[in-house]
Amino acid sequence: MSTADATVDEDAEVRSPQLDLLRRFIAGDLAELRVVLALALIWVIFYVQEPRFLSSVNLSNLVLQTTAVGLVSIGVVLVLLLGEIDLSVGAVSGLCAAIMAVLSVKHGWSPYLAIAAGVAAGTAIGLFQGSVFTRFALPSFVVTLAGLLAWPGFQLEVLGATGTVNISDPKIVGLTSTFYSDTVGWIFALVAIGAYAATALRARQKRVSQGLAAQQLGLIVLRIGLVAVAVLVAVWVLNDDRGVPLAALILVGFCLVFFYLTTRTTFGRHIFAVGGNAEAARRAGIHVTRVRVIVFMIASSMAAIGGIMAASRLLAVNQSSGSGDFLLLAIAGPVIAGTSLFGGRGSVWHALLGALVITSISNGLDLLALQSSVKFIVTGAVLLVAVVIDAIARRQRQAAGRV
Amino acid sequence: MNANGSTPVLALKGVSKSFGPVEALSDVDFEVQPAEVVALVGDNGAGKSTLVKTIAGIHTADSGTISFEGQEVHITNPTDAVALGIATVYQDLALCDNLDVVENLFLGREETGEGPARVLHQLDEVEMEKETGALLENLAVTITDVRNEVGTMSGGQRQQVAIARSLLGEPKLVMLDEPTAALGVRQTAQVLQLIKGLRERGYGVVVISHNLADVFQVADRIYVLRLGRKAGEFGRDASQEQVVAAITGASGNGGKQ
Repeated sequence: MSTADATVDEDAEVRSPQLDLLRRFIAGDLAELRVVLALALIWVIFYVQEPRFLSSVNLSNLVLQTTAVGLVSIGVVLVLLLGEIDLSVGAVSGLCAAIMAVLSVKHGWSPYLAIAAGVAAGTAIGLFQGSVFTRFALPSFVVTLAGLLAWPGFQLEVLGATGTVNISDPKIVGLTSTFYSDTVGWIFALVAIGAYAATALRARQKRVSQGLAAQQLGLIVLRIGLVAVAVLVAVWVLNDDRGVPLAALILVGFCLVFFYLTTRTTFGRHIFAVGGNAEAARRAGIHVTRVRVIVFMIASSMAAIGGIMAASRLLAVNQSSGSGDFLLLAIAGPVIAGTSLFGGRGSVWHALLGALVITSISNGLDLLALQSSVKFIVTGAVLLVAVVIDAIARRQRQAAGRV
Repeated sequence: MNANGSTPVLALKGVSKSFGPVEALSDVDFEVQPAEVVALVGDNGAGKSTLVKTIAGIHTADSGTISFEGQEVHITNPTDAVALGIATVYQDLALCDNLDVVENLFLGREETGEGPARVLHQLDEVEMEKETGALLENLAVTITDVRNEVGTMSGGQRQQVAIARSLLGEPKLVMLDEPTAALGVRQTAQVLQLIKGLRERGYGVVVISHNLADVFQVADRIYVLRLGRKAGEFGRDASQEQVVAAITGASGNGGKQ
């Protein structure tokens, strides 16, 4: 391609992007941006009420509180993408954490083996639930509701007479109490920004070299800049307190892995296809049953990992681990962030964003020393508002699409 | 072989199919030449869908023979039909509304990159988008942005995407079930244009349609089914009245040319 050609191509793309961006924002395609703005608003409100909310200590705590529910939400996002639901993730997280704790504390297993066993138990539960769901063509709602009722029973059995197992193993506790030094934190930040910039620029380069329409270079640089600022500010805040926590890296790491899986691989494409039109997917030769079972295995495995992180932070597993509002928050988070309950629409990052929103609300209300009644009502109201906004945006998008 | 000496891409001889006591097809002979558009018309329950589904491998014929490019073949399931080179676009189109044009076209046959990308099943989006652009351009289908979700597109565009998708498997015969049903005037024109394009590219095309105006615009031959039997076969020069008479059974002898 000659330089002249390249310039013409650039010009052809010049007028649309900004308008396109605005249109997509209004139409709700950029749900993420909307959630980030909502999150900023929530933070400002709490900051005005209580300046300590934006202190580095509290923000560090917020990050730690986000990890367990965020990890569980990653699995929930995948299930929601299929257009299914998994109500058992809370119960599974409690049971798997109990299995890990008992193996580690009562049977003296090495921490790695105990954690692996806990996660494997989650995978097995997912295989069981997914198989029952697909084999008998039952609604996933009912199958996982049975799990929600049954797994806590197994949890009581595993925990035994005492009902509470205190975790002391430094490796397991270290999952949520390890913080990296300032220098290491900055290195993480630079590597992350560098990798993001390289990936974005290389992807654009590849499209341009093949003569396909590519995003304007300016927009990509802007995006890289925004990500860089976000990462640097986050590391700066975390370094101001105890440093970058290992738990945050685990959460972001899992998000990256599943982001890659869902958006860059054939398997991820098939998840979206099954969620969008299962019959079309079947006719296109996709093993719909296999996709569904694997996704339920992933969901239960992520629930186990989230449960183990929660246990590590609490330093114990007890009879109420994984119960209460844990399940509902793990499902509400992605929905608030814009993942559709009807399948085929959503992103793994919604798990992280949604968990941040929900944890921010609960953290902020705790800080204001409001009663838990208020906390429940506010969280519920935010969920409702988010879903209503999403529904309105979708209707607009459809109206705009059907010319 | 037929009169003009070319081998038909598809030839059915004496095909019958019953569902219990109901005889859906009885002793049907049906041929499609390369680069020919055959319209399959008939009243509801005449056996059009049964015939198409028998060719597509969803039903198996009870008796009779099916030849594909001169070879007698046994089509017992949809995979057989696709492997032979028979592509079918059903009325529901089987598209995923939440996926874009490229994603829909390559659904179930996604291309992966080389080396580590293949091991990871990493999608080669650039290659797929390039091929999509080339295919649509070749078919003279205009879609502004192949990265737009199919759900936001018009019925005509969706039909065009579904037809384009059926061509990716490099078929010899394309069967379209009611491709213009529920489309507006301009969209119908687009789809009919695409069907003419298929003929120019040498595909054998079977079109089921209720709309005789559309049929007369694109079909080289009109094949009428009535109560599971052939009730007539017309060329382009036939009148609409003749075809209607065959469909309703008013013409008696089937109006053979």
